[in-house]
This record gives sequence, structure tokens and C-alpha cells, in this order.
Amino acid sequence: MRADLEIINEWIAPGSRVLDLGCGEGELLAHLTQEKGVNGYGLEIDHDNLTACIEKGVSVIEKDIDDGLASIGNDSFDTVVMTQALQSMHRPDLIVDEMLRIGRECIVTFPNFAHWRARGYLAFRGKMPVSKFLPYTWYNTPNIHFCTFKDFEQLCVDRNIQILDRTVVDHQHRHHWWIKLWPNMLGEIAIYRITR
Amino acid sequence: MPAVIPDDCVGLVSPECIHFDHPLDLSCGRTLHSWDLMIETYGELNADRSNAILICHALSGHHHAAGYHSMEDRKPGWWDSAIGPGKAIDTNRFFVVSLNNLGGCHGSTGPISLNPDTGKPYGPDFPIMTVQDWVHSQALLADHLGIEQWAAVVGGSLGGMQALQWSISYPERLRHCVVIASAAKLSAQNIAFNEVARQAITKDPEFHDGHYYEHDTVPRTGLMLARMVGHITYLSDDGMREKFGRELRDGKLSFDFNPQFEVESYLQYQGERFSSSFDANTYLLMTKALDYFDPAGEQGDNLAAALAPAQCKYLVASFTTDWRFSPERSRELVDALVAAGKPVSYAEIDAPQGHDAFLIPIPRYMEVFSSYMNRIADALPTAKGETNDAR
Repeated sequence: MRADLEIINEWIAPGSRVLDLGCGEGELLAHLTQEKGVNGYGLEIDHDNLTACIEKGVSVIEKDIDDGLASIGNDSFDTVVMTQALQSMHRPDLIVDEMLRIGRECIVTFPNFAHWRARGYLAFRGKMPVSKFLPYTWYNTPNIHFCTFKDFEQLCVDRNIQILDRTVVDHQHRHHWWIKLWPNMLGEIAIYRITR
Repeated sequence: MPAVIPDDCVGLVSPECIHFDHPLDLSCGRTLHSWDLMIETYGELNADRSNAILICHALSGHHHAAGYHSMEDRKPGWWDSAIGPGKAIDTNRFFVVSLNNLGGCHGSTGPISLNPDTGKPYGPDFPIMTVQDWVHSQALLADHLGIEQWAAVVGGSLGGMQALQWSISYPERLRHCVVIASAAKLSAQNIAFNEVARQAITKDPEFHDGHYYEHDTVPRTGLMLARMVGHITYLSDDGMREKFGRELRDGKLSFDFNPQFEVESYLQYQGERFSSSFDANTYLLMTKALDYFDPAGEQGDNLAAALAPAQCKYLVASFTTDWRFSPERSRELVDALVAAGKPVSYAEIDAPQGHDAFLIPIPRYMEVFSSYMNRIADALPTAKGETNDAR
């Protein structure tokens, strides 16, 4: 299993209700269903991913998250997860609000735009950073709302969102002791566990 | 007419009439004491009887869902695109049961059958059937076939309503429920279209209050109009534009009221063909069953509460240009299933064909459908008594 999913896995209680926004091929949900007996649903718009979920027996619903989650009632889920999709939302702030409305806890992961490699790329080349990890150019990237760890944490302060846990890792989701020294410079991906 | 029967077709099939003497208490308060169901089956029932799939038909459907009755048949069964060896409902793996519902006009007891009390056809006196009544009769059919639990109950449109009702009425008797291009209830607009169809039939001078058999006639014009209205609602605006546009049959306007546009003659042809093969009383009855279906109605319009007893997993699918059973209605169902904590997968298929899309083998539709059905088949016991399921 992907390393970030491994970390998320530890934060989810057995038998809980889980919603995975942009669930991809359903890897996390398949694992959680099998190992922890969770009652999980994924939302997905990519057709191939949707089929892959169905093949795994994962409950997947075709839905564009940008259309909103209004049809889902308050506190419908114990945990709402969104991995590596926040930066591609039209209004990340509204999505986070909605996630916290429908879920008791939320787990959000996103790439850190203040990582030293991105800073260096912009500072020295004067161009929007392109890397193996984020291979898109500015005009075709699905990532339209990049932020840094500091930006996200400021949003949490502004909206009175409580950060329960934060793990900062490199782009392969590995922990390193030195990342903790200066996470907003050295960390590439953050995994936040938040609640209202 | 097939010159050769394709490999992925169930081939030549024969219907079977099953007689029931079990009294069937109906929602309307009346009881059918003796009744027949016309069925067809495809594939083989496995040793532990766990691979049976029930196919529920829509408004004008019947038991002949797949294959051919003879080499002279113009077309195969109505859902041959989805049922057959290697198809979404794979008859190499599943035992498929398809029936003509009560009130139908293709061999099951209905308005054209003789009423044992009078010795005359029931006609308009045939009891109004509801989706619950059909599901009840289908459960008795399952008993007769020795099927304790369906691997899946599958239906499109009105058939999807029956599949949904199964999951509520007999939660322990199905493992999967497949609801395609359907709804948990009709909208006012939808009921309105049905009412236009009913008015067309009942206002036909040949209708004779439904006793047209005794007058040796049929309300052909009314039935034709009903079908024409229905047909418009089964296609999409885009689909009709693409298929007919404003094409003229003779290439020029004739300045009279005869059909000139291709779409006019197409609708007339469809209406006429339908009116010569379908019974008007059955049409009336089927539209009423559609209108009445509303499982949430008894639960204070709380669909999630109505679905609470269900124990199966669901696949729900809709089609983007279907405005008769729009994606919005399917989304309502999916939302209620999620609220009720029931496992559900939902696909919204991009298709220009409108409501008719559910009968058409659109590649992505068949991919989703096959993936779901294969997963069911993979969980079936093999001959050795172990499941194929890799987990």
C-alpha cells in the first residue's frame, strides 16, 4: 500500500464510516474494508478509476466533488479523507468546510509548494516549478490552488479548525528526522488530521 | 433474422408457462387465486442454487429477454445486448430467469386472460397491479424454481423499481440489486406523461370502457398515440436531432397535414407497430404501477428509512441525456442508500440516447455493468466448493 495510505490507515477506527473524496482505484477503502471492517464509500470522476473500484468491490459513486457535497447530511461519516486533491479543487476552503460538516474528523493530504526545490525552481529559473512529482506545466495543471503548510495552517486558524495530527513526509511518503527541523522548507507532503 | 446465431447469444430459447394455485393477495385488496407466469431461463443453475439472476422488465417488456424463438425472428430478446455468454450478465456463469409480469399481455395472467368467475376476458376488471404485487409474485416464482436467494435482481426503468422493491420486501433473498435508469418514485412530470398516454387510450372510441375484446376491436389509435408520446420521452433532444434532424421524406414540403418530416413517419411507424402487438388494458395497468411506486411514501417520504431493511449491495446507473428517468432521480436513490449505510456504487453514463440507452450496449455502460456482475460471479462457489474470490 502507498505510504500515505499506511499512515491514514492508522488514524481510522475499526468499523467506522469513511468517505474518501477522489478515492482513485479504491486502494485505501479496499484495505480499510478488509482489515478494519469500515463502511466506506469513495467519490470519483475518473472512469477507469471507477471501474477499478467496482472490480475491487469498493462502493464508489460517480461524482464531481467540485459540484459540492450538499446531498450528504451533517455528521454522516466518522472520517472524511481527501488525498492529494485539495489543490485541484475550485474552492479548497469551501471543500474543507463541507468535509468538516459531513464528517466528525477529516484527513487531508497535499503537496507543499514551499518545499525548497519548488522555491529554488521559482527563485533561480523564474518559472513555475515542474518536477517528477508534480509534472504539469502552469497551463495544463489540475493543481490550481497550490498552498504551503503555513498557508493551510493559517486557514485552520482563520476557520477555527483544530489540527489533531500532522505528519510531514517526502514525496515518497517517507519520514526523515531532518524534515521535522524545518517542515515548511523540507517537507514535500503533509498529512493533516483535523476536526471542528 | 440471424443467418447464424452469434457465439455471444444464448441461441434458440423457448418460453415456459408456470401455473400457480397459491392465492396472491394484492395491494388493491383483491386476490388472484389462480395465475400463470410466462418465463424464460438462460444458463444453468449451479449445485447450491446460488447463481440465479432475476431480470425484471420495463413498461412494454416481457419474458423474452435474450436469444431467438426461431431462426425467422427479426430481432432477439429485448435485453440480448446484456444477457449471453461473455456478456455483462454472463450465461456461462449465471442462471438467468426472466418473466412476463402479471397484468402483462405476453402469456402471463393479465387483462386478456379469461376471468374464471365470468368466463370472459378480465379486460378492465383485471386488478391494478403494483410493483410490490409483482415482487410478491416473483418471490413465489423463486420458491417454485427452488431459488432461496438471488445472486442479483436486475432491472432497468420500471424493472429497476422492482429490483429496488425486492431489496426492501425480501432483504434476505438477494445479495445484489442492480437498478438502471430508474427512480425511487415518478415525478409529477412523469405521471403527467403517463396520464396523456392513458387519456389517449381511454378516449379512443374503440376502447368501450376497456371491454373492446367483446366488441371484437382494439383502441389502436389511442394505443398508438400513447406509444408515440412515450417514445418521444424515451429519446433525447440531441438523439432525435442526430437521428432525424429536419429531414423530409420527399425532400420538399407538401403543404398538407400528411407526415413529411422523417421523425413524424418514424413515430407513426413505431406507434402502429406497437398498437398491433400490445394490449391497451395492459398498457394502462403498467403506467399505473409506475405512478403508484413510492416506497418512501409509507415512511414519511424518508427513502433512507424505507431502505433500512435492505441487506444487499447495490449498483445504480443512469444516463446523462435520460430526462424520463433522469440522473437526478438516481442520485436521490444513491444519496438515500448512503444515508442508510447500504453499500452502493453509482455510474452516470455519458450517452446521447436518452432513456433508451439502458437497452443499448454503450461501451462504458457495459464495462461498469460487466465489472459489477463479474465480481458477483467471482464470489460464487466453484465446483470444488471454494470461492473464486482471490480475497
